[in-house]
Amino acid sequence: MKDLGTLGTLAWFFALMSLFAIGGANSAVPEIHRFAVDVQHWMTDPQFSDIFGLAQLTPGPNVIVVTLIGYHVAGLAGALVATLAMCGPTCLLAFYVGRTFDRFRGASWQVALAGGLVPVTLGLTAASAVVVARAADDTRVAVAITVATALMTYWIRVNPLWLFAVAALLGLSGVV
Amino acid sequence: MNHSSPAPRATEAVAAPAPPRLSELFVAYALISLYGFGGVLAWSRRMMVEERRWLTPEQFNEAYALCSFLPGPNIVNFSVIFGSRVRGPLGGLTALVGLLGPPMVLIIVIGALYAHYGDLPSLRRALIGVTAAAAGLIMSTVVKMALPLFRNRAVGGPVIALATFGAIGIAQWPLPIVLVVVLPISLALAWVRR
Repeated sequence: MKDLGTLGTLAWFFALMSLFAIGGANSAVPEIHRFAVDVQHWMTDPQFSDIFGLAQLTPGPNVIVVTLIGYHVAGLAGALVATLAMCGPTCLLAFYVGRTFDRFRGASWQVALAGGLVPVTLGLTAASAVVVARAADDTRVAVAITVATALMTYWIRVNPLWLFAVAALLGLSGVV
Repeated sequence: MNHSSPAPRATEAVAAPAPPRLSELFVAYALISLYGFGGVLAWSRRMMVEERRWLTPEQFNEAYALCSFLPGPNIVNFSVIFGSRVRGPLGGLTALVGLLGPPMVLIIVIGALYAHYGDLPSLRRALIGVTAAAAGLIMSTVVKMALPLFRNRAVGGPVIALATFGAIGIAQWPLPIVLVVVLPISLALAWVRR
């Protein structure tokens, strides 16, 4: 167990980082990398890459990379502090913004705001699909899995978990 | 509250009228998080719009867009906003715990195992296979999300969406610069046609 100073550093740093996470937790990852590896020397570069990779490959919101960094730095307490700091303040903000938004439902500024944000968000999300594909699709079979999953989940009402299971088996058997 | 008639599965145009109970919120978000390889957006939409029908496609897009431009993780914000909209502050907290609790436990276990056993190549290939499939799932989800936008008669929205995708996904320009250019244009267009 590390001292309170380390937990305090985790708390203020990730609370600050949450403000940078616009468009998703991954927007803050370059800055988190710089601070964890270069400034605090909490971990080496390969260790950071491994932690990031594990978080990407574990189901759940991308933000849990922060949980794993906290765990690496200060055990269970670190995992809890880092996650709470990264999510707590912005969740409170989201709560109040959401309430305000609902109160003014239908106001013209709100119609315009939503109408302006939606297309940009869709573009960003499509770009993030390309980013995830670039990370995973390092072989032809992996590319084929991506394309097949995209087509099947679009055209057929198949539960994607079945496709995930097939993809995992193909990986385990060394085909991917 | 609990008159669960089997929902028709063919269309996804109408959201269910009955708001979810706390237990339903928790289970839905726990499932979203545990299915959510490569991020939880695709499973959130599947659960909220296609399976539970708590939101229409347009409502989902609006709430998701709002959350993307608030600081903090998108779907985490989304869970708080949706949960508190249907069940007050306690609903927001329930959705949040459902979304974050299970993967936190999971990743700590995986992290501890990883520290002990290091790199298992076959396991890593299995996870890469799943992530490749997840990338495909995100793609089909984005296309489904974009349908309302492209059905609209206004051309501005689709052009903005495609330009943003091209600048970041293909040209790989820095996010802040793209947003500074694209956001004001998009907001201005939306203000004019509101």
